[in-house]
Parts: sequence; structure tokens; C-alpha cells
Amino acid sequence: MEWLILFLKVFVVFQVAQGLASLCVWVERKGSALIQDRIGANRAGAFAQTDILLLKPVMPIIRLLGVLGIINTLVCDAVKALFKEDFLPENTSNFVHSLAPFMGAFPVFVAYALIPIAPDFTIAGYYIRPQVASLDVGILFIFAMGSIAVYGATIAGWVGNNKFSLLGGLRTAAQMISYELALGLSLVCMVILYGTLDLYEMIEAQSTLLFGFLPAWGVFTQPIAFIIFFIAGMAETKRAPFDLPEAESELVAGYFTEYSGMKFLLFWLGEFAEIALLSALMVIMFFGGWDIPFVHYPETWWGALIGHAVFMAKVSFFCVLQIVIRWTLPRFRYDQLMTMGWKMLLPIAMFNLLLTGALKLLM
Amino acid sequence: MSLKRHLFNEDLGIGGVSTHMRPRALNDDLHTETMILNMGPAHPATHGTARIAVELSGEEIIDAAVEVGYLHRGFEKMCETVDYNQVIPYTDRLNYVSPIINNVGWSLAVEKLLGVEVPKRAQYIRVILSEISRICDHLTCLGASAMELGAFTAFLYLVEAREYLWDLVEEVTGARLTISYTRVGGLKHDLTADFAEKMHEAFKGVRFHLDNSDRLLSRNRIFLDRMCDVAVVSKEKAFSYGLTGPILRASGGDFDIRKANPYSSYEDFDFEVPLGTKGDNYDRFNVRFEEMKQSMSICEQAIANLPDGPISIDDPHVVLEDKDEVYKSIDGMINHFELVIRGVEPPAGEVYMSVEGGNGEVGFYVVSDGSGKPYRCRVRPPSYIHMGIIKEMLLGHSIADVVPTFGMINMIGGECDR
Repeated sequence: MEWLILFLKVFVVFQVAQGLASLCVWVERKGSALIQDRIGANRAGAFAQTDILLLKPVMPIIRLLGVLGIINTLVCDAVKALFKEDFLPENTSNFVHSLAPFMGAFPVFVAYALIPIAPDFTIAGYYIRPQVASLDVGILFIFAMGSIAVYGATIAGWVGNNKFSLLGGLRTAAQMISYELALGLSLVCMVILYGTLDLYEMIEAQSTLLFGFLPAWGVFTQPIAFIIFFIAGMAETKRAPFDLPEAESELVAGYFTEYSGMKFLLFWLGEFAEIALLSALMVIMFFGGWDIPFVHYPETWWGALIGHAVFMAKVSFFCVLQIVIRWTLPRFRYDQLMTMGWKMLLPIAMFNLLLTGALKLLM
Repeated sequence: MSLKRHLFNEDLGIGGVSTHMRPRALNDDLHTETMILNMGPAHPATHGTARIAVELSGEEIIDAAVEVGYLHRGFEKMCETVDYNQVIPYTDRLNYVSPIINNVGWSLAVEKLLGVEVPKRAQYIRVILSEISRICDHLTCLGASAMELGAFTAFLYLVEAREYLWDLVEEVTGARLTISYTRVGGLKHDLTADFAEKMHEAFKGVRFHLDNSDRLLSRNRIFLDRMCDVAVVSKEKAFSYGLTGPILRASGGDFDIRKANPYSSYEDFDFEVPLGTKGDNYDRFNVRFEEMKQSMSICEQAIANLPDGPISIDDPHVVLEDKDEVYKSIDGMINHFELVIRGVEPPAGEVYMSVEGGNGEVGFYVVSDGSGKPYRCRVRPPSYIHMGIIKEMLLGHSIADVVPTFGMINMIGGECDR
């Protein structure tokens, strides 16, 4: 039974991760169309017809999905990528060339193992915590995985045997290392504040009220840390305005210039999974997870379901927010990015850490 | 060995990453190598087809070489084989973003050779359509530059604004890109009846999208950081390189052919020539942005004071006669035949006529030997001359500045390579 529960947890969490990544892809396509006064994907499946009697009732739903562009994004794109030629540049190793996208996407999905997706509940006598692995190191594990993902992009830049990929790969490495410092320091503040590394306990620590009316969410107790985390986290996901590693007007496509087909898509999948992961972390650490002020979830399966829905709603909000930012802002220049990372975010993060430590000692 | 030859002769790393040893000074202590990066002619972000090879030290550009000519079609030679009116479709393909300005420039050059002036109404219509084309040109340039900086949304807003104007152009001329609207001695035909209302409607849309893009870009911190103090060109340098148009004016050089040497009744209109102070990319952006507003104001003035009258001169040796005349009188028949077979025959001589194009001075130098075809024709394309300063603009900046700077120069392949 224990094994079954674990298996179910893994299955559900993986579905959540994939679902969020797919949602991001869809919002990226259809939402950007909305922002830019375009129509966007609306054809594939929009005119679907069938002669099979059994399928007739579902056709309106399929047609609706087609009009909304969901079939296009989730089915057609994937099928297209699968059947595309897998291009391998000259004089490179096939193994390393295939390893790079794998290393870019895999660690991100592994990191989801630490994300609690709903409050814990009891069902049929079994007490269940909806988190695949509740490690003591918690948040540190997620960042270890994030650091491994850097190798994917860097190796891709190297193995492409192309100057544009090389520059993109180097940019990735430099950008990740610079911004991981500020990101880590902003997290240390949260760890000091909550006194734990475990994500589940962090959420529980936020379910109280400040001054009787304000939820004790991280964003209210640590606003500076939230801003730094948001900015540095967006830099980690390599999306505009921090999309220098793939800046299409400078570096053609950056580190994945020499990739095509499914390998290329894996990079994208990893990137969108990273966006969703970042949103989930933000919700967990700064927005109280599934917490709603003045509401207590009953420890039943439907209580957990409501908690999950609230959690997902918050995460989706931040996913969409990141996509809106991506379609609004222009891109930084390399030296400006470094200046911001080292001269602005890092000192502020350090100052915030000092302040948090001092306050913690005094209180 | 000249630096340019040096850069292009290097192995540009096709099929492999290669680096390049630069001769080192005695006090160099670190063993570093520079990299030569070849951008274009098929780089996804170069407008038109030009090739820029840059030598990089890290991300900094320490040397650059520019190569043009990938779109050479022999425009000037082609002109010698057709008659004066048949050149007009060729001029469409010069600066294909604002073709009417080229049409007007060519027609004015030939009219100067003939010593005629078109009626006031034709001049006003030429001004209206030239200014609409200028707005299209600037919209394309600014939109593309925004896209180069990653602001894809602003690009689409500006292109949508351009779409309104192209609809307007289509309404009058029947085509969107290759328009061929003017004729030697006049115009193809008059404006449509409800052009004024449609123009006001289109300008409303353009202004809306300009405001939107203004809000998205002009005070955006990232945009400012990317544009300010990049590729600064001083006023003196701008003049010495022969720059014209918005690029010269962004450096503070007060020279606009519409003011300095008014053609086609530009002296009738009240407009300002926006000037920049520093000559960086942001000034170039702002000058173009302001010019669009001025152009719209010129159009509105012109449409409000549009005189009545014919749109072509009354000379059967220059302009085709009415069909009525051709079918019913022997004179008309002969004139029509002569004009179709022999073309317009200006007296022997040579003229230079320039107009203010979207990018700068578009000049036509025409030599006539008295026959129906130009003896020699030469275009002064602004882009070609502007390409000369690119190397100087880029040196010392980062690789990320290459394409935005190139975008602000707004090199149009058709015009540059002819």
C-alpha cells in the first residue's frame, strides 16, 4: 500500500508539473497573441468532423479546443517536433549532443519532487502528505537541481561547434552564476525567518495573521527578498528581459542554435517547467502556498482538493505574470545584466540578510 | 594589409569554432585570443542583406568590417534601356518601404530636365503620399529596432499602424508596395473621393498605436539603457561622413531638403524639423518618432488646402492625352502614338534632383542626350552612404549593440545596393 501511495504521488506530481508546463506553452502562444492584437493558433482541430457515432458528442469539445489553440500547442507542436530531422552538427559527439537537452530538462522535473501541492489529509486511515519526497534539505535540493540545469545549456553551447552557440552557452553560465548568488541570499532570509528548510513547514509557518488582519505571508514579512527572488528567478529561467543566452537578434538562437526536433523541444519544455517551478516556489515561500486568510482546510480529501485548487490558481497567476512580462519588456545588454546582478541585487540581498538576522536576534 | 581584407580573409569558423591571434603588444601579459564572428548576410536579424564581420574580445567589438552589394540589380544600367516613364517601376524597388518618395524624386528630376512644373494639386498630392510613405518608413525602422531589443509587442503595434497607412496607399494607387504612382508631368490619377475621411481615420489609428508604443518604449528603463549613449556620432563627424536625413538630424545637423531646398510646394506647409542633441541611438529613435508626428501634420495641412485643378501638365509631348481626344481627333492620335513609341524626350543636358527620403537625401542624377531614354542615370542612395559610418559606430560597443545600431541606420537593401 505504501508503494502504491508513493507511486500515485509521483504520478500526480509529474502530471502537475507537465500540466503547468503545457499551460505555460499555451498561454505563451495564445496570451502573446492577445497582447499583440493577433489571433494566434486557432485552426488545428477547429473543423474536426467524424462519422463515428460514438465520437459525435465529443466533437464540439474538440472543436472548441481547436479554436482555443490547445490542440495546436499540445498535440501538433509535439508531433511536429518528433518527426523533424534530428540535426547533428559536424565533428561533435552524438552522446554529448543528446545529453545537453536531457540535462536541461530532467533536473527541473526532479525538483518538483520537493513541491507540496496540497495540504495533507487522511483517507481510509492513511495519512498522506502530497509531496513526493520530504527531504530535510528541502529548498537546497531544488537549488542543487537548478544548478545542474545550467550544465545543460552550457554543454549545448559547447557541443554545437558554432560561435553563436558558444557565446550563448558562455552567457548562460555567467548569468546563472551571477544571479544564483542573489537568489540564494534572498532565500537564506526566508530560511532564517521560518527556521526551516522544508517547504511544507514554510507554508505552515505562513498560515498565521500579522497584527490580526494581514496574512503572515512572506511577501509581507520580507518584501525585499520577494523582489530579489522574483528578478533573480526570472533571470534563472532565461526569459525576456533576461533572454540573453538565446537573444535571437544577436546570437541567432543562442545555445540551442544547432538543435532541432525533439531535442530542441526538450529545452523549451525544461524552460517552461522552470517557469512553473519558479512560480510554485514563489507561491510557497512568499504567498502562503494554499493558504487563504481566515480559512482552515479540513483534513479530508476534498479539503486537500480545494487547497490544491487554490495553490494551482496562485501558481498559474505567477506563470501568466512572467509571460506577460516576457512580452512587454525589451532585453538587457550583457554588461547591464552583470551590473544589475553584482552591483544592485547582490548588495541589496546582503543588506536584507543582515537586517533579517539582526531583527531575528533582537526579537 | 588593410584591416578589412584581414577580417574577411580570416577563417570565419564555418563548421567549427575558430579563434584568431591578434599581434600582441609587448606589455600584454595574458594570452588571449580574439574571435571573428560573421553576422550576415543570412543572419536572422540583419535588415536586408548585408554582412558584418566583427572581431570580438569577449563581447566587445574591437574591429568590424561591413560588406554590401548582395542585392545589386543594376538599377542604373537598367534605366538606360527604358524610357523615362518606365523607370518609375524600377524606382519602386529602391527604398521599398517608402516607394512613393522615390517615384516623386525621379519624376521631379525628369521634370527639371524638361523645365516644367506640375500643377499645384499634383504637387500637394505628391506631398501627402510622400509624407505617408515617410511615416511607413519610420514605423518600420522603429518597430524593427524595438524587435531587435526583444520588444516584439511594440514591433507588432507599429506594424499594425503601418498597415492602416498601406491600406490608405492601396486605396489611392491600387498597390501596397510597388506603387508606380507618379508620372513624368503629373500623377497616374487623382485621389479617391473619400480620401480625406479615410486619411483622418487612418491617422487616428496610427496615433493610437504610436501612443501605445511610446508608453511601452520611450520611458522604459531597459530601452533607455540600451539606446542611450550607444553609437554616438558627433555633428561634425555626421557632416564629414555625408550623412543625411534623420541620422544627421539626430546628431544636431540642421539639414532637411524639404526646408533647405523646397520641392513640390513644401514651402507652403508649416512644419518643424526635429533635431537631436547627442547623436546616439535614442536620439535617432526620437527624431524619427517626432518626424512621424510632423508628417501627419503636413498631410492634414495639405488635405485641408488641397487646390482644385488638373493633376498633370497640359503638354501632349509629356503626358498621355485623354482617351476622348485620342479616339476622336487626328492630333490626339498622333500625340498618343508618338509618346508611346518614343517616350518623353527631354532636351539634352544633365540635372541633379534630390528629395528628402525616409532615410535621407535620395538624389537622382540624370543625363539626357535628347532621346527618349536616359543616357546615364545615377542614384544617390542614403543607405549606401550611411553604411560607411557603421564601423566607427560599432567599435568599442558590445555585440548586442550591432543589430540595434544597424537597425537605426535603417539600411534598405534595395536602395543601398541598387
